[in-house]
Order: sequence, then structure tokens, then C-alpha cells
Amino acid sequence: MTGTILGAPDISRALKRIAHEIVERNDGAASVMLLGIPTRGLPLAHRLADALAAIEPAFSPAERTGALDITMYRDDLHKQPTRSIGTTTLPAEGIDDAVVVLVDDVFHTGRTIRAALDAISDLGRPSAVQLAVLVDRGHRELPIRADFVGKNIPTSRSERVDVHLAEIDGEDAVILRRGEDA
Amino acid sequence: MKHLLTTKDLSREDAIRILDTAGQMAATQEREIRKLPTLRGKTVVNLFFEDSTRTRISFEAAAKRLSADVINFSAKGSSVSKGESLKDTALTLQAMGADAVVVRHWASGAAERLATSGWIHGSVLNAGDGTHQHPTQALLDAYTMRRHLVESPGAAGLDGLRVAIVGDILHSRVAGSNGYLLNTLGAKVSLVAPPTLLPVGITARPELEVFYTLDDALDAHEYDAIMMLRVQRERMTGGGAAFFPSPEEYSRMYGLDAARMARLPEHAIVMHPGPMNRGLEISAEAADSPRSVIVEQVSNGVAVRMAALYLLLAGEEAAA
Repeated sequence: MTGTILGAPDISRALKRIAHEIVERNDGAASVMLLGIPTRGLPLAHRLADALAAIEPAFSPAERTGALDITMYRDDLHKQPTRSIGTTTLPAEGIDDAVVVLVDDVFHTGRTIRAALDAISDLGRPSAVQLAVLVDRGHRELPIRADFVGKNIPTSRSERVDVHLAEIDGEDAVILRRGEDA
Repeated sequence: MKHLLTTKDLSREDAIRILDTAGQMAATQEREIRKLPTLRGKTVVNLFFEDSTRTRISFEAAAKRLSADVINFSAKGSSVSKGESLKDTALTLQAMGADAVVVRHWASGAAERLATSGWIHGSVLNAGDGTHQHPTQALLDAYTMRRHLVESPGAAGLDGLRVAIVGDILHSRVAGSNGYLLNTLGAKVSLVAPPTLLPVGITARPELEVFYTLDDALDAHEYDAIMMLRVQRERMTGGGAAFFPSPEEYSRMYGLDAARMARLPEHAIVMHPGPMNRGLEISAEAADSPRSVIVEQVSNGVAVRMAALYLLLAGEEAAA
């Protein structure tokens, strides 16, 4: 099955549900801090933060959302052309003793999250790290799992999952494409 | 990019990429844990045929913050003092598996020779060759100017800024590198020096304006940055006497003191690549004033060198 798997209403519903799950899991959002992994994890983190604020008005999206660039922690740097380094911004109070929820668009091999965990340990010591993803497409190469999943999409390795977000691409959609070599 | 040898052929795009990457590197240096795993397993050799404190330490700190292994090699106390040639030294480094060689040499063109000879496989970073080029110094100067003088530094050049470079242009690889880089980034450059301390043919380069006294230069333009160069007596035959009559006269004509600093615009910054000759090219008041960014240049140097090492070493091996 290829084509558009999730449309804008589906994405919005999935994020609302994940926000509720985050609140449920952590007995509220008081200690939750959202870190988006650029590029598309970042707008997702901001949307999740707004959804959390809708559930818990005491939650301040601006003070509890950040960006975590993982470029310098990747394990495949020497196999690809040099990547530009993105910006890491942490909430002013830092991540020590917070519950950090990592936010990314597509969960695939798990290597990005491995890199993110290393990056976090250089930035502080959160009380827990959880993972929220919009799409889980399987094919894990490391023993890492997600805590909150928007949608599980079974894929073959040759297929591609493209996430489009209004903030970056002008529209909200998750599109499954056949791989170029398939 | 495989090597960083000169700013002459550095494109504006590449230069801005280095400055932007340096900005991200600088941000990581404010963390509690400043070490990054990025260049784990890479070996960087500091090959220094000439004395240097800040450049060598700066490259060493940059490589170590990125988790590369660093081997320091200085000509003093090595086989070079027994007469080993640059080629044989290079072959030795190649045999040790150097991924990058940071080279400082008293001969202009040494870094280029090392990079193009086929003696070594790794990247070559020029850390100063004779009186020719010192690209990372120019890049850290540009980074410092951009931080202080450009409103939103990300992805920007130095367009419209005016910079005066004052002093021993003839012997200065810092001036050599800055002349090209500042021009590439869109800044206008004035060179200020006695005629004896200007390289032959410099007046033929239309992008550089030349003044023979500092007062003339200050009358002509409002400067955003003024860069004082060290009088390099070790490179002058006769300890300077062949180039200017006396240190006192040099200081009177070309030195930056409080009175001349007062003629600069309010926002202008004072720069010096170090080491300074206090009382000769720069007075203590100027060097220690709040407008002086001389100490900040040193810490920016680490971030810029981290960026250069990252961009040369982190990606898949680029074609030469």
C-alpha cells in the first residue's frame, strides 16, 4: 500500500492522543520537557506542547520545549557527505531531573534515538527519557522502543516514509512511497 | 573541502558554512560537558616547524573537544633538527595514520606542498606558512567581527563593513588571509603601513585601499573594526632598523593609543591576532579597553578550528 497514509486530521488526532498518554504516564505534565529532533521533530514537539497546554493549563509550551540536534553524535558521519550542524536549544532551567520526551517524525532503525540519548547524557541527567514518534515504520537495528506512537506503518526496507508538516512543507501528510530501486 | 590551505580560493558559501558551523561549536562549549564524540578514532597531528603558543594550543583543544587523538610534533627536539626533510617527516606521519595534519612552517607554500605532493593521504590545515597565509586566523577574525557587528549573524556575510588592517602587512600572513576573506565576505579593507612594510604589488589590487599613516586612514573612513598587527621583528633583517627608523616613530605613526581610539565610531572593535607588543603597535589602554575583543578572539579560535576539523574530517572521504 502506497500513497497518503495520514492526512492533516489524522496527524492532529494522533498528536492529541499522544499528549493525553504523556499526561497519563507521568501523572500530569509538571515535570515533562519536550525535545524535538530537527528537522521535523521540532514542529511536532511544539504542537505536542500546545496540546499538553490544552490539557494542563499550567504547562507553559515556551518554557518546556527545546530542540536537540544530534548531528555530532551520529554513527554514520564518515559514510555520508558532511552534514551541516543544527541548533540545540534547551529550556532555560535545563533538563536535570526532568522527564524528557524526545519527539521525532519517523522511527526507523533506532540509530537517531541512540545518538539523541548520547547527546542528552552530555547535556544533563533527566529523571527519565521517553520517546514519542508520529510514525513507527519498523526495521529496528538497536534495542530501542517508542513510548508513544502516532501510527504503526508496516513497511518494506526499500519503501520510503515522507512526513510533510505545514510549518516546513506547507501541508500535513504522511506519504508512503515505493523505493527507487524497487 | 579536503584541505584548508588559503582563503584566496575559499568560496563565500564555504566561508559562511565554516562560520555557521563555528557558531554551533561555540554553543556546545558553553555546556557542562564540552566534549563531543564526533571525531572519535581520528588522528590529528600538529606539525609545528615554528614557535607558536595560541595556534597550537587552540588546534589541540579543538581536536580534543571533538574526541580526536592529537599528536604534537615540533621541529625542536625532533629528527628535523637532525636534518630530516619535510618529505621524510610527512612520510613518517602518513605511516602513523594521520587523518589530518595541522602544519605551521617558516616557508611560504609549505602547507600547499604537503597537500599536493601525494606524500600524505589526510587533510592538510595550514596553521601559518611563512609570510603567506593563516586561514583559520582570518576565519576567527571574521567570526568575531560577525558576532559583534552583524545584527543576525546566522548565514550572513560581512557586507558593508569597513575594516582597517594596520602595521606589518609585509610579513603578516594574517593580513594575507584576511585581505582575501574579508573581500569574499563583502567587507571593505583598508591597509595601513609604512611603504617599507607593504608587499610589492599590493597597490595593484583594486579591492584594497592603502594608507601610509594611521591618521590619514582614520580621516578617510569610519571603521567598524581595526586590526592591529604585530611588528614581526624576528622576520626583519636588522631587527626592524631596515624597515622603520625607530620603534618610537613607528608607534607615533601607526600605534593605536587612546586618542586614536576616540576617533573610531562608538561600536568599532579593536582586534589583534597576538602576541601583542604593548607600547609598540598598541597601547595598554587600547588593548585593555572594553572595545578590545583580543581575548575573545582566542576563544573564538577554538570554535572556528573545531568547525574546520569537523568539515574536513567528519564526512565520507571527499575526492581531493
